[in-house]
Amino acid sequence: MAMALDSALPVGRSLRLRLDRDELIKRGLMVVIALYLVVGLAAPLAIMLSKSFSTYSFNLANFEFQVSDKDGNWGQPVTAAALNEKLDAVPPAKLATNSDGRLQATSFFPDFSFRSPVKYKIRGTTSDATYLVGLKPQTGTEWQELTSNDFRRVMLRPSRALGLENYAAYFSTPTLFRSIENSVFIALVSTIITVGLAFGFAYALNRSCMRFKGVFKLVAMVPILVPSLLPGIALIYLFGNQGMLKDLLMGASIYGPLGIVVGSIFFAFPHAMIIISTALAISDQRHYEAAASLRASRWRTFWTVTIPGARYGLISAAFVVFTLVITDFGLPKVIGGQYNVLAVDIYKQVIGQQNFEMGAVVSVILLVPAIAAFIVDRMVTKKQVALLSARSVPYQPKPNRGFDTLCLAWCSLIAVFILGIMATSQFAALVKLWPYDLSLGLKHFAFDRMDGGGWGSYYNSIRLAALTAVIGTVIIFVGAYMVEKTDGFRAGRTAFQFLAMLPMAVPGMVLGLAYIFFFNDPANPLHAIYGTMTILVVCTITHFYTVGHLTALTALKQIDQEFEPVAASLKQPFYKLFARVTVPVCLPAILDISIYIFVNAMTTVSAVVFLYSKDTTLASVAVLNMDDAGDVAPAAAMAMMIFYTNAAARLIHLFLSRVLIKRTQAWRMR
Amino acid sequence: MRHETLAGQPRIPTEVSAMTAASPNVKPAYLRIANVWKAFGEFHALKDISLDISEGEFVCFLGPSGCGKTTLLRAIAGLDLQTRGSIQQGGRDVSTLPPSQRDYGIVFQSYALFPNLTIAKNIAFGLENTKRPRAEIEARVTELLKLVGLPDQGNKYPAQLSGGQQQRIALARAIAISPGLLLLDEPLSALDAKVRTHLRHEIKELQRKLGVTTIMVTHDQEEALSMADRIVVMNHGVIEQIGTPTEIYRHPATLFVADFIGEANKFAARASNNAVGIGAASFSCAAHDFDDGTPVIAAIRPEDIIPHASGSLANGATANAIDVTISEMEFLGSFWRTRLHGHALGNETLIADFSINAARRLSLVQGVALTVELPAERLLIYPRGA
Repeated sequence: MAMALDSALPVGRSLRLRLDRDELIKRGLMVVIALYLVVGLAAPLAIMLSKSFSTYSFNLANFEFQVSDKDGNWGQPVTAAALNEKLDAVPPAKLATNSDGRLQATSFFPDFSFRSPVKYKIRGTTSDATYLVGLKPQTGTEWQELTSNDFRRVMLRPSRALGLENYAAYFSTPTLFRSIENSVFIALVSTIITVGLAFGFAYALNRSCMRFKGVFKLVAMVPILVPSLLPGIALIYLFGNQGMLKDLLMGASIYGPLGIVVGSIFFAFPHAMIIISTALAISDQRHYEAAASLRASRWRTFWTVTIPGARYGLISAAFVVFTLVITDFGLPKVIGGQYNVLAVDIYKQVIGQQNFEMGAVVSVILLVPAIAAFIVDRMVTKKQVALLSARSVPYQPKPNRGFDTLCLAWCSLIAVFILGIMATSQFAALVKLWPYDLSLGLKHFAFDRMDGGGWGSYYNSIRLAALTAVIGTVIIFVGAYMVEKTDGFRAGRTAFQFLAMLPMAVPGMVLGLAYIFFFNDPANPLHAIYGTMTILVVCTITHFYTVGHLTALTALKQIDQEFEPVAASLKQPFYKLFARVTVPVCLPAILDISIYIFVNAMTTVSAVVFLYSKDTTLASVAVLNMDDAGDVAPAAAMAMMIFYTNAAARLIHLFLSRVLIKRTQAWRMR
Repeated sequence: MRHETLAGQPRIPTEVSAMTAASPNVKPAYLRIANVWKAFGEFHALKDISLDISEGEFVCFLGPSGCGKTTLLRAIAGLDLQTRGSIQQGGRDVSTLPPSQRDYGIVFQSYALFPNLTIAKNIAFGLENTKRPRAEIEARVTELLKLVGLPDQGNKYPAQLSGGQQQRIALARAIAISPGLLLLDEPLSALDAKVRTHLRHEIKELQRKLGVTTIMVTHDQEEALSMADRIVVMNHGVIEQIGTPTEIYRHPATLFVADFIGEANKFAARASNNAVGIGAASFSCAAHDFDDGTPVIAAIRPEDIIPHASGSLANGATANAIDVTISEMEFLGSFWRTRLHGHALGNETLIADFSINAARRLSLVQGVALTVELPAERLLIYPRGA
């Protein structure tokens, strides 16, 4: 009998938990945040993708005209296509256009005069043919009668078709597709050098007994606090046409690949260093003891123990650096010269040529390496976590004079490089008129006398950074909590998790362009936020969502999974548990997320460069624009302002963390 | 067969089961679990579980890891909903209610104390929001702290207490709201052996004092035997046996139970009329309903084997006696564990536990010959195969 029972589940529906208020609130919140990610990320990207496949051309068969004589007797209706065939007024090549294309209707009437008493009629032959009379868009097959004076202001609008023409155009334009090669080349070279330098630096920090480790750690973090434009400006001061050390290059030019690579090493270095340092820090002392007991040489131990132990860190660092470099816009914009890279191409297509479709094509192309790198990084990170959970004995370095001196030299060299760039930038900001008047002064800080928005853009940046830090942290942390601590609703949570990971794979330029497509569409009800601070906040939160999300998840995973069941059994709503336990326990992580967003909001250029308006200019964009306008010294001054602000924010964060942690984390002390 | 067991009637009727079987004059069930299934895709973690628990009872779910005991507890708590079946508590159908609308307190292996709240705040957590005056809450916290034997620790943080103390606080927090049901999910597993034994006793005392219906999940048979009023032995998602600790131990309903709880010698055997044949020997046993010649498993616990001086029982006078020699002896403190071989057993080894006294009386040492008796009423017979 028992055997018979084992065999099958009774037919019927599976039971479902009745939802209580808690669960409804939780799901509601998750839906709201998911909606945020859809509007702020998925929808714009989808629109951008469709734009890259959209082509626009004037379809002359769509329009029909009728012309009267002076007395008002109407002639036969005739299509624009027929007229064009006769007149050859618009050659076929000119019919292809972009979404903004306009074609004057009078082109088909060579003897048109706006003073003539002749009247015109126009209509579409299909219901979706669009033309403008003045600024008013018209559609439909109804005849519309116009005087000559009005007919002069009739513009035909192109019709949209889906196809691969944009891509075909891209790949048949060498100046465009050569950028792919350039971008990949720059990213590869920068990655190899940066990871090599960072490995040595991290190795010295973790495995030697050299002095000044604290100082080196601090110096290595400095590049995070500045926009990627800053190393570009500094390098120009050092090695540019009037550079102090120009002769060191022996004729080579800093404008181009060399400048981009050196600058990229500067801003990518801390990211690589942190990842590799973490990988080295978790290595197991016991492996080294085993190697020593087997009489393995130092060299052999390094290759058989150290490198395999850190390989996930190295791979992860390589992909992070590669992505950072290939998607960076500010640095190649400042120092790239004639050397085209993908991120700058997007900017040029959109801002310079107003060719949005081609901008979308370049964006899609830039997405490919970024997403590939992202996927590999995720796979590697998962393995790294598995390694971490093993119980290991931390490695304790022993003093070794020769080796420690070598480490000190290596780290000093890198520190000199970083501090040198910073000092140059500081110098550039203060010196009165390089290279003629080297006395120091603050005149370059008088931003109001320059283009770029003046001090207003600096205050805008602070406002943006503060708003994103506060709002973003709340959204990110609450979202992560819903993903991590909700039962059931699995499909929803998986979708949410995917959306939360996606921003990491989307370069800032691509996000910014996608925002233009999505929010600058008058048909979009959210069009109102275009050109406001709100869209900058939304964009910046989305741009930096993933890292915050991962930080929050890590912190939440460390909290006992049984807290929620306990609180529910005690009949306490989840938000009480959230406010009284979860948030206080996660406070260090929450503060980390907010400072991360703040610093990045201060320095980011890529996404917001498409989205600021004259009321919402930003400091980082001002650096770019002042540099573009030739005001390099004020640009350096503004970049330094960003640095001071971020350094101050870091200090405040440190202080705040100490105070808050002392007050709320008393339980950590035994 | 299993259904007989479920009805509280072990295959071998005894005086004990008659006393505690679910007879109609006992209080009506407080918690009634009926035909509960839990499916994870194709895998069935619970298969048609039905179980009644009376008010005030202390029940242990006992079984190896993966047997479904925790899944069943979580279904009762509403944390992992069962796929099929119903659960009634105090006459109310709670089958699909969310945890917050059920009536229980729960204690986990991890204690799950809120680390940033003091002990007093932890205990008071469930008492807030109930429109109780602050003084009353404080009085209740003080009372609970006293109840669990930690009267002066209210202002400390959980990390400042030992594991055993933390678990007592978790218990105090769970009972603070006077729940109808107390669920304990392996509450002692994370603790040291000494602390565990001590706390075992205290929890049992507390439960008796409060009279709260309690379900404890454990994989530790000693814990279950010493604490429970009734034990539910589970394996592979089904209930193997329900009974009092003595019932379970003395009259295991299935071979699994005999093997999982305590230890048992197992022999491939053949049933005959009121007897069982092991190797060349035949042993009388309690009445069974296997046909003659059916292959069965005969089992006997090591401590049920009675030693006699060699030849002191005339062979044949007691049918269940055999001559053996001791091939190994192991001193285990309070008794000797011996490995016995004998002609009648063929190649089989019989493991027997002899008291220190018996060993001394019979001068048992390795290599000595003796006669052992396998009492008929202690021989357990189970079907073979499957």
